[in-house]
Amino acid sequence: MNTMTLDAGNAAPAATGQLEQDTVDTNTKVSETVGQPLCDDAKLSMRNVNVFYGETQAIHDVSLDIGRNEVVAMIGPSGCGKSTFLRCINRMNDTIEGCRVDGDLTLDGEPIYGPKVDVVPLRARVGMVFQKPNPFPKTIYENVAYGPKIHGIASRRAELDEIVENSLRRAGLWNEVKDRLDKPGTGLSGGQQQRLCIARAIAVSPEVILMDEPCSALDPIATARIEELIDELRENYTIAIVTHSMQQAARVSQRTAYFHLGHLVEVNDTETVFTNPQHELTEAYITGRFG
Amino acid sequence: MTDLTQDQVRERIEQSLAGRHRKEKLFRGLGIASIAFGILAVLVLFTDIISKGSGAFVQTAVQLEVTYDPAVLGIDTVDDESLTWANFTGVVREALRARFPDVSSRGEKRQLYTLVSTGAPFTLRNRLQANPELLGKTEKVWFAADDDVDTYYKSLDDSAEGFRGRTSDQMAAWVAQLADSGELKKRFNTTFFTNGDSREPEQAGIRAALVGSLLTLMVTLALSFPIGVAAAIYLEEFAPKNRWTDLIEVNINNLAAVPSIVFGLLGLAIFINFFELPRSAPLVGGLVLTLMTLPTIIISSRAALKAVPPSIREAAMGMGASRMQVVLHHVLPLAMPGMLTGAIIGMAQALGETAPLLMIGMVAFIVDVPGGVTDPATVLPVQIFLWADSPERAFVEKTSAAIMVLLSFLIVMNASAVWLRKKLERRW
Repeated sequence: MNTMTLDAGNAAPAATGQLEQDTVDTNTKVSETVGQPLCDDAKLSMRNVNVFYGETQAIHDVSLDIGRNEVVAMIGPSGCGKSTFLRCINRMNDTIEGCRVDGDLTLDGEPIYGPKVDVVPLRARVGMVFQKPNPFPKTIYENVAYGPKIHGIASRRAELDEIVENSLRRAGLWNEVKDRLDKPGTGLSGGQQQRLCIARAIAVSPEVILMDEPCSALDPIATARIEELIDELRENYTIAIVTHSMQQAARVSQRTAYFHLGHLVEVNDTETVFTNPQHELTEAYITGRFG
Repeated sequence: MTDLTQDQVRERIEQSLAGRHRKEKLFRGLGIASIAFGILAVLVLFTDIISKGSGAFVQTAVQLEVTYDPAVLGIDTVDDESLTWANFTGVVREALRARFPDVSSRGEKRQLYTLVSTGAPFTLRNRLQANPELLGKTEKVWFAADDDVDTYYKSLDDSAEGFRGRTSDQMAAWVAQLADSGELKKRFNTTFFTNGDSREPEQAGIRAALVGSLLTLMVTLALSFPIGVAAAIYLEEFAPKNRWTDLIEVNINNLAAVPSIVFGLLGLAIFINFFELPRSAPLVGGLVLTLMTLPTIIISSRAALKAVPPSIREAAMGMGASRMQVVLHHVLPLAMPGMLTGAIIGMAQALGETAPLLMIGMVAFIVDVPGGVTDPATVLPVQIFLWADSPERAFVEKTSAAIMVLLSFLIVMNASAVWLRKKLERRW
């Protein structure tokens, strides 16, 4: 991947002396993002994003690109703003009272925010998988068919059947549910429900999939299954995933972004972040000294 | 902090245990006592009403041998015109005199004529209209007894003396005579379910009030449910949360607590005086009750909408559903059981409402069963009020019987609310 280096990219090398201390000052002011937040072939490009909840600023001047067919993991301690940032991308923050988003966000060069932008087609292009599996209280079939139906993607029943089957296959759920498509989706196990939610999201062939801690409610086996799935999905989709598990970030992503108190501290190749973090806060976090 | 040994700690826990158990028992006892009190109150209410009202479902009837004598009737042929002025009263009196030939003085005759209901001539008219060939013939017909006779005869079950009231010794003797010969019996009171109100208790029925209540409720449901649900959806799902919506919310909660008679005055001023809608009509009653039920429906619908987990909304929104699609496809189906329950409870409230209807003239004396929402009508609770106010002794049991009918409707409605909620409830 071609990467572009920010001017300030390497300006803050880790001060080794500080790292050896037992405690890290977690209130350290982060003025610039370390690493490579931007890329040439950006599917999603976000510049100088600020998010406010009323008076409180949740995201401070974050700039980040997400490349085509790339998996970017967002990590950081609780309340660092990674979920808020993720939800800016498909404008899920619109529904939150008093939430204001500033900055330039574009998808394939087209603005995401703006008076003329309709969120309906945007959300069809940018799908989302939530932390807690949230299938509709309808049948498995209806869950997957819902998106294609409301967007008028499939006109005939046969077409719809095909979309449902393909989506469930790609989500690795087809063999488990093909005989009970008319059973409620809420009757599946947690891991199956989450895969159903992924199938539902990919049924409308989105270009980007946002995942907000998709495995936090799942057991290790279901988690492994989802991670495999993410790896397969990467061929066709651009994926941004928020996770609390650093192992997961290391396993599924190409680049990792570390957030801290609303600032984007460091973005680098995943390997670099986990083996040779450039910022003291990143290092402190991944070595488990806080968070 | 003093360090306690494990034994000391255990000892203290043991000591506190007895007190905790005692409090728990007390708390449970209080709960059971309040439930027992509630059940007792309901039992007393029901036994009182049922013991007083069950009599209204049977009616004392007198059998007489009547002759459709053209001379007495004053007609030669049976047609609609002749029937209207035929002297059926004469036939009934003739039959009574024939049954008790000893009666000769005017005073006694007058008493004799009050043995059967004043509706008896109409019974005969209907029979003759249905079978014109009866003219000139004789047949045995059961007539409803007069309400005083009815009350007296029924009261004989409770005591040998019976309740006399306006019943004279002479009348009591006739009743005993008729009862002995099997010409006086109790039968199921169909009149109670087929007639409208009447000044004569034995002819008074609940039909007009029942139909009036149903028509009024239909108007109320047709208006208040859609309006209430629409208002709740807008306030909950679409309206911005600001000072104005707060103000609206406070006002809705206020309206729910406004005395219902105020809504009656409002209805009188607006619907009858300003819009000049007909008085005593179920349409106006329904409109007034709509005003009264709306806050209940809005509040319960909003609660039902709030109870829909936000994850479902997020899921639908994340799929690119528009706000309306989110509401129609996902939120509404999940909130529907709660909304229906609220609506049925609101309807039950409206069914039992009296005060506002008094203000718009539904307290009128209605004999005919209303045929539409603009016909004059009364409703069950108002009918109960009217009968409770009537001086005739026989109306006491009618009142209780009407209460029983009203209560059974309420029970059916509330039970269906529970059943609907159970049936429609979906898990997520």
